[in-house]
Amino acid sequence: MARVSLNKIEKVYPNGFKAVHGVDLDIRDGEFMVFVGPSGCAKSTLLRMIAGLESISGGELRIGEKLVNALAPKQRGIAMVFQNYALYPHMKVYDNLAFGLKLAKASKAEVDRRVREAAALLEMEHLLDRYPKQLSGGQAQRVAVGRAIVKKPEVFLFDEPLSNLDAKLRANMRVRLTELHRTLRESGQPATTIYVTHDQVEAMTMGERICVLKEGRIQQVDTPTNLYDHPANAFVASFIGSPEMNIKKAAVETGGVRLGSALLPLDTAKLAGRSEVQFGLRPEHIGTVQRPDATLVNARLRFCEHMGSEVYVHFDLGNEAMSARVPADQIGTIATAERGSAIALQFQLGKAHFFDAETGLAIR
Amino acid sequence: MSTGAIDSLGPQKTPWVRYVMLVLVALVMLYPLLWLVGASFKSNREIYTEVGFWPSSFDLKAFVRGWKTSTEYTFATYFLNSFLICIPRIIVTVISCVLVGYAFARFEFWGKKLMFSIMIGTMMLPLVVLRLPQFLMFRELHWLDSYLPLIVPSAFATDTFFVFMIVQFLRGIPRDMEEAAQIDGCNAMQVLIHVLVPLLKPAIISVVVFQFIWTMNDFMGPLIYLASVEKYPVSLALKMSLSATENVEWANVIAISVVALIPSVLVFFAAQKHFVEGAASSGIKG
Repeated sequence: MARVSLNKIEKVYPNGFKAVHGVDLDIRDGEFMVFVGPSGCAKSTLLRMIAGLESISGGELRIGEKLVNALAPKQRGIAMVFQNYALYPHMKVYDNLAFGLKLAKASKAEVDRRVREAAALLEMEHLLDRYPKQLSGGQAQRVAVGRAIVKKPEVFLFDEPLSNLDAKLRANMRVRLTELHRTLRESGQPATTIYVTHDQVEAMTMGERICVLKEGRIQQVDTPTNLYDHPANAFVASFIGSPEMNIKKAAVETGGVRLGSALLPLDTAKLAGRSEVQFGLRPEHIGTVQRPDATLVNARLRFCEHMGSEVYVHFDLGNEAMSARVPADQIGTIATAERGSAIALQFQLGKAHFFDAETGLAIR
Repeated sequence: MSTGAIDSLGPQKTPWVRYVMLVLVALVMLYPLLWLVGASFKSNREIYTEVGFWPSSFDLKAFVRGWKTSTEYTFATYFLNSFLICIPRIIVTVISCVLVGYAFARFEFWGKKLMFSIMIGTMMLPLVVLRLPQFLMFRELHWLDSYLPLIVPSAFATDTFFVFMIVQFLRGIPRDMEEAAQIDGCNAMQVLIHVLVPLLKPAIISVVVFQFIWTMNDFMGPLIYLASVEKYPVSLALKMSLSATENVEWANVIAISVVALIPSVLVFFAAQKHFVEGAASSGIKG
């Protein structure tokens, strides 16, 4: 059973580039933690530092109670699944799974039992006699996961494991991996998981907590719903959610905020003393149906994207480009409206977020 | 150039022109070899009088006489000697070059770039330059007239071309697998043995083939370091059969040259599939 704790972890490359800036994070025992962020946010670097594949320039990394900064990967009690699967091409699936156990000098019977157990758990007993080149992407991915499970590690590390799969398979594997984590945890096995992805859908659906990173700094660590409902800053707000939150500079006036030419009536009590803020409203909080908590706003239509069950409406409010996410059965005449025509939209201003105009920090 | 112009030269319209050209060039290249094989069945007189390569009769006497040689040893001894040089040399070459190539391709250490440049630089150095100092050194070590001067230098990865080839090949292999092996519990040496060597197989086979052919063909090395006839490899023995008597029995020399070619040709064809893959990909992937 292991928790992972990062204390002021830093990474400085030999050329002086600082990739990770003093990261503090506690991952609980058995927890499914997701690291998410755009390319270059150092999420993979951080994972590789936990794995022992990158050196740690500063701070303390503990797995369980043990300080592991200077330990080799094999001494850390971890297993890792790589983006490109990294299966050994010259070994059959069985040997790929057994390799780590054989190195650890486990008995032949023990190796066999654990390999078959893992294969059964992942429904891939029929693949054991194949070579990696005879596997499809999804199967190779399962073998890579199997190789991790067989070792019964304290901590599982996943480095964008689904990004090479097609959309349908990815959705399927997402569910499988989440289920696998819960199965392991419920059966009392160590299941602490750190999962790196740039895909916020994966992050939201799989993570029990999500750590949002940007440029080597943690932006927010919280549950998916809290990240969505209470983003700590404008970056987190725009990163989580699709299409991304409309975040626009707005002037604070008595009785509301002014966005271009439109004055949005709002309670500005918490904005007291500010002349300018960043106003944020998620596309799903802009609709076409009249509601008691919604305010009618006139906008100019740019174009619609039909997604099947819903429609993304892109429009201009004054000079600001914004988007709305409207259920297809509520889209009405907007679907056929001309480009540039006036449309009426309902803004749920009660759901609006405010961020500091300079720092981007949430104003609560 | 328009696509029409390319099409007019394309294979659909005049494939035979292309094949005739290829066959002609191939004939020019291969004729000496064909002639050699044909001449090995001829008598000495027929060699001088007939232009064509087809012998009037298939006479194996030249092979028998050539094999016996004019010395007290048969070619069996010389072949054995060649293998006594070749096989240990190939083994130490593969081990040393893989180790050094692995270090250059995968590890960061002080002075790596400079050392790599020096190593590449030695590839440009004519071997002749090294002969004298090496000869003096081996004389001090009392290694003259033994196979050690022909084998031991290769144990220190002095065949830099092979090191370069392996480095280039390794650079084309993604590191994921090595990292996975590290996490599975391998140390650097186990990563090399369990993961990289199997992946390096094509490159290693290329090293084996090149080193085999080059060592079998090496004339200068044995000539300089070996004094006793009983230690001569095939290359020296062939030369000896030319100069042993004033009247050279060309038929014998030619017959035994053909036999001397066989091991290299066999090794090449046995390894051809992997060899081509290794020699080609080391260039492309780098």
